[in-house]
Amino acid sequence: MQDLVNISIPTAAGTALLGYLVVFFGLVLLMIVLLIMGSVFEKKRASAEKAAAIPAPTREAPVLTMENTLPKAKGTAGELKLYNTEPKDAAMIMAIVADTLGKPLNELRFISIREVTDDEV
Amino acid sequence: MDIMGVLQKLATESGFAAFVLTEGGWKNLVMILIAFVLLYLGIVKKFEPLLLCGIAFGCLLSNLSYFIGMGDNALYHPELWSQFLDSSSPYYHSYGHIMSNAGLLDFFYIGVKAGIYPSLIFMGVGAMTDFGPLLSNPKSLLLGAAAQLGVFVAFFGAVLLGFTGPQAASIGIIGGADGPTAIFLTTKLAPELLGPIAIAAYSYMALIPMIQPPIMKLMTTEKMRKVKMVQTREVTKTEKIIFPIVVATFVILLLPSTAPLIGCLMLGNLFRECGVTDRLSDTAQNALMNIVTIFLATSVGATMVADSFLNLDTIKIVILGLIAFGISTAGGLLGGLVMYKTSGGQINPLIGSAGVSAVPMAARVSQDVGRKYNKNNYLLMHAMGPNVAGVIGSAIAAGFLLSVFG
Repeated sequence: MQDLVNISIPTAAGTALLGYLVVFFGLVLLMIVLLIMGSVFEKKRASAEKAAAIPAPTREAPVLTMENTLPKAKGTAGELKLYNTEPKDAAMIMAIVADTLGKPLNELRFISIREVTDDEV
Repeated sequence: MDIMGVLQKLATESGFAAFVLTEGGWKNLVMILIAFVLLYLGIVKKFEPLLLCGIAFGCLLSNLSYFIGMGDNALYHPELWSQFLDSSSPYYHSYGHIMSNAGLLDFFYIGVKAGIYPSLIFMGVGAMTDFGPLLSNPKSLLLGAAAQLGVFVAFFGAVLLGFTGPQAASIGIIGGADGPTAIFLTTKLAPELLGPIAIAAYSYMALIPMIQPPIMKLMTTEKMRKVKMVQTREVTKTEKIIFPIVVATFVILLLPSTAPLIGCLMLGNLFRECGVTDRLSDTAQNALMNIVTIFLATSVGATMVADSFLNLDTIKIVILGLIAFGISTAGGLLGGLVMYKTSGGQINPLIGSAGVSAVPMAARVSQDVGRKYNKNNYLLMHAMGPNVAGVIGSAIAAGFLLSVFG
């Protein structure tokens, strides 16, 4: 066993090289494990998406839908039209407006939300 | 009552007299000035203030209360810890002896010596860290590995400068840019160097925005810096829950000496991700982290007593630490350049420098430098992958050094 306290220069060089290789070895193995794990989950997700994409057999829809006949839910403030805006972004914008005005969301009515492009500014 | 006698006793026992009357008392004065400078850097310049304020004040308290030959009122007793580490002493590894003679900061320091505080800090880091970017691009781990180059170059450099193997290993780990890991390893291998190593590690971590950009510019071309990376895949919640369990199992089996750090890091992350331990996650990343930071910083600062700090070795450590940081950055960038070439220019090599751990500062530097050359470039999430990989990489490097020299 070599003296590792008063370590010689060649031993130190060897230890440094070995250490760097060990770090690489450990992380490369971990990378392989994570890649395998990732591909398993990706496959699972792809098959779930595929299954969701196949339309379930349904009966022909009636001409008059239930939606048209039912009254709107209590507290609903009409319809909101979105132009070039994702529903998620719209929800965020409405929450920010409500917060800024200090009013509950159900007391506000949003008619439409439209993305303003750089050219329009 | 002999009033003059009492006054004389008070005068000779005071710290002011001790500066002049005790052996090396003037060195305490120098250390107190150093503590003031560190406080200035922490408070005014905001260099890692959460750590540096505690370290500086621990140093101040230690040097105000401990003078050679006047240890009765000391908050920290270096001689107790020397006996604790001396295998020929009857008090070798005797916590009982420490506790029956300890000052307040000696009690705090037991948590450092036993490796408790760095591990608990790692638990908090795990609870704060989102490993999603790493999971979505596991190749980031290669950058985390490449950026450990400075650890081993500085280790070799320290041996060349005459440090012993365990001391060199402790100095080298500064290049991992991970304060708790540096403290953990140094406490195990070279506790006599804890003060300067902790100061160097945390100071350079705070200086990352100044140290890294020149190296990044030197090693990359403008075209490379402008590369816009594509969005990586979305990671599911299940993957995030499985990740800490897989990493803990895999890395600890590979290198058992990493168990305290990796174990706590992954436990904290599991608290964060599993969705049923929100309270524990909150405690780990806030209350526990803050409490441990106070104890860790003050007790590390307390080890900065004049005799062990004011010597040539401290200057060598400061220089080697800077070299370690620089080479680790260069190592990560080299890894980034290799990935840039092999991916056909799809990967921005700037994310490589984030592999030096120091979460999230190093990733922010990659983002800032990238945006300087391409205003629409958002590298932050891409750089977070190598950044958190660096945490795991530096823990593995520390584990390796501990198993060789411990």
